[in-house]
Amino acid sequence: MARITLDGIAHSYDSGADPSSYALKPIDHVWTQGRSYALLGPSGCGKTTLLNIISGLVVPSEGRLLFDDKDVTFLPTEQRNIAQVFQFPVIYDTMTVAENLAFPLKNRGLGRAAIKARVDEIAGLLGLTGDLKRRARNLTADAKQKISLGRGLVRSDVAAVLFDEPLTVIDPSLKWELRSKLKAVHRALDVLMIYVTHDQVEALTFADEVVVMKDGRILQIATPTQLFEQPDHTFVGYFIGSPGMNLVDAEIDGAQARVGEQTIRLPARYRKPPAGSSVRLGFRPDYTTLVPNGDLRVRVQKVEDLGRRRLARVSLGAQDIFATVPHGQSVPAETAGIAIKPERLFVYVNDERVTGEPL
Amino acid sequence: MSIHLQNVSVAIGGEKIIDNVDVALQRGTMNVLLGATLAGKTSLMRLMAGLDQPTSGKILVDGADVTGVPVRKRSVAMVYQQFVNYPSLSVYENIASPLRVAKVKADEVERRVHEAAKVLGLEPFLKRQPSQLSGGQQQRTAIARALTKRADLVLLDEPLANLDYKLREELREELPRILSQTGATLVYATTEPLEALQLGGNTATLWQGRLIQFGPSSEVYHRPSNIESARVFSDPPLNEIPIVKAGGEIRFGDSQTMPALGTLARIADGDYTVAFRADIVSLRAAWPQSLTFAGEISVAEISGSESFVHVTSPLGTFVCVEPGVSTLQPGQRADVHVDATRVFVFDSAGALVVADREQ
Repeated sequence: MARITLDGIAHSYDSGADPSSYALKPIDHVWTQGRSYALLGPSGCGKTTLLNIISGLVVPSEGRLLFDDKDVTFLPTEQRNIAQVFQFPVIYDTMTVAENLAFPLKNRGLGRAAIKARVDEIAGLLGLTGDLKRRARNLTADAKQKISLGRGLVRSDVAAVLFDEPLTVIDPSLKWELRSKLKAVHRALDVLMIYVTHDQVEALTFADEVVVMKDGRILQIATPTQLFEQPDHTFVGYFIGSPGMNLVDAEIDGAQARVGEQTIRLPARYRKPPAGSSVRLGFRPDYTTLVPNGDLRVRVQKVEDLGRRRLARVSLGAQDIFATVPHGQSVPAETAGIAIKPERLFVYVNDERVTGEPL
Repeated sequence: MSIHLQNVSVAIGGEKIIDNVDVALQRGTMNVLLGATLAGKTSLMRLMAGLDQPTSGKILVDGADVTGVPVRKRSVAMVYQQFVNYPSLSVYENIASPLRVAKVKADEVERRVHEAAKVLGLEPFLKRQPSQLSGGQQQRTAIARALTKRADLVLLDEPLANLDYKLREELREELPRILSQTGATLVYATTEPLEALQLGGNTATLWQGRLIQFGPSSEVYHRPSNIESARVFSDPPLNEIPIVKAGGEIRFGDSQTMPALGTLARIADGDYTVAFRADIVSLRAAWPQSLTFAGEISVAEISGSESFVHVTSPLGTFVCVEPGVSTLQPGQRADVHVDATRVFVFDSAGALVVADREQ
């Protein structure tokens, strides 16, 4: 049973640095038993620093880290009772798969029967049962990484399992299998999992809640659905979704927005933003449809066939956006319209989402 | 230049890593080598570059046999998965380095470096060292260096594989435009079907050292010549069901029968494999002509723009793509509807019998 509390945790690699340049700006948050979390963001966003603070590789400059009610801020990794899975397989080549999986349990002094039962269970969940007697050395990179996952998951008494981009070395076709295995394992074992990645698909498919980070700051913590359907910050809108959210400069006047020379009706009435602030409309390509005629006129630049969907790059005035081309619809030659789902159209002032009053 | 690999094989220690590949690439075209790790992508590129010699077969450049000609005597540039830059040189000098080696005059160097930097959006960074760049900028520097050389053949070996997800997405969108301006014959290796579709041009599907199919990318995607090609060009993985056609019916699984609808109406009696990609599977509503069977949701993955729903049934496990955020939950029972007009049918040897081209 474990809960992880980040109590004012912040970090700078540079002692005496100004707080605004911290690698990790102050965070208060609680992670609970049995849930899965992903730390998502681009290189340099602070996600690995945060993971290293939890694992004990980095002592934070500020704040306290609690496992349940115990302060572990200054405890070394080996006293924290966590399991870790890294980017590259960490296994013993000379051991069999079964011996590799049993190793963390042997170290904890578990009995033979208990070890065998647990190794069999984990091997079953990961699809390694047929390989248990094979030497690890002769396995493919994917199978080795599966063993690494298994070693991370085999102890039932850990406070948390930490994953640092574990699918990086895996071929795309096998990621499908490993992702769904990991998900099944999480359902079967009641353990807190924290997963670091720059890959939105991995983060969203893995986690109950995703922590989106940029420049050492947490921008939003939410379920995958909320992050996609209601991003709080323009960066979250851009970073999640393929391609990211369309963001266009606009002037807001009550329930109307001016974009270039065109007017867009908004689903709510908004207060006038303070002078000098950046005001943008955000709407996802997924909720923006290219139509032959429509109130909003666009110029079609190109249409891409992505296999299962078609995507048009269009200009709305002077700004480029993406729109979805519905299945079976022919593409207008040059000018066309777009239709935006009104409940999926948002207003961002200085990059933060603002809410309006219902009409 | 045009390059023709003529019945080329490479054997290492008796094992064929390239197995009788015959393919001709036309001058100025984009050619994608698509396949999993160890399919032979890098080996083929090394042959084209002259870094390796084939065990048998010939390599013709513009019709002339160059099989034994070493790399330094060929007009070829290469971009690798790992960003390779000179760490002590500025971005400018990195891009200029092949021109310095070729003793190009200073004003011409200046012109060509700026031209390449402009195309790749590197102009603001020319004075920086590579270590002061993001991963995406470093890789763009490596690409700029390859382009500035003005080689007749440019080989790109998974150039985006080590980039952050979002950068990869953006460069994938930019690269076709950038590369098409060079006029060079381009060869681009990737493990990702989506990348092949976005790059356009031609795609060669590779599997275990063999070239399975070569043709315009969209054509190979929509009309795979055999089941291996369809598997290589599917992500999520291709769904497959063995069937028997008898009269107006098809039989599958233990004893289920169904009217032979859509594409299945047009095949002769016999044994086949019906294969379908995830996007023609619906869990919500039947298609006008559906193959329908019962299943249970095992995993539902939300990934942002799409959701991947895994369904278990007595016929196997299938992956289905739903647009946007799926609300289906594991454990829920669901009917699986496959669009019978868009399935592929392969004979017992794996060759394509029928496919309906979409749109």
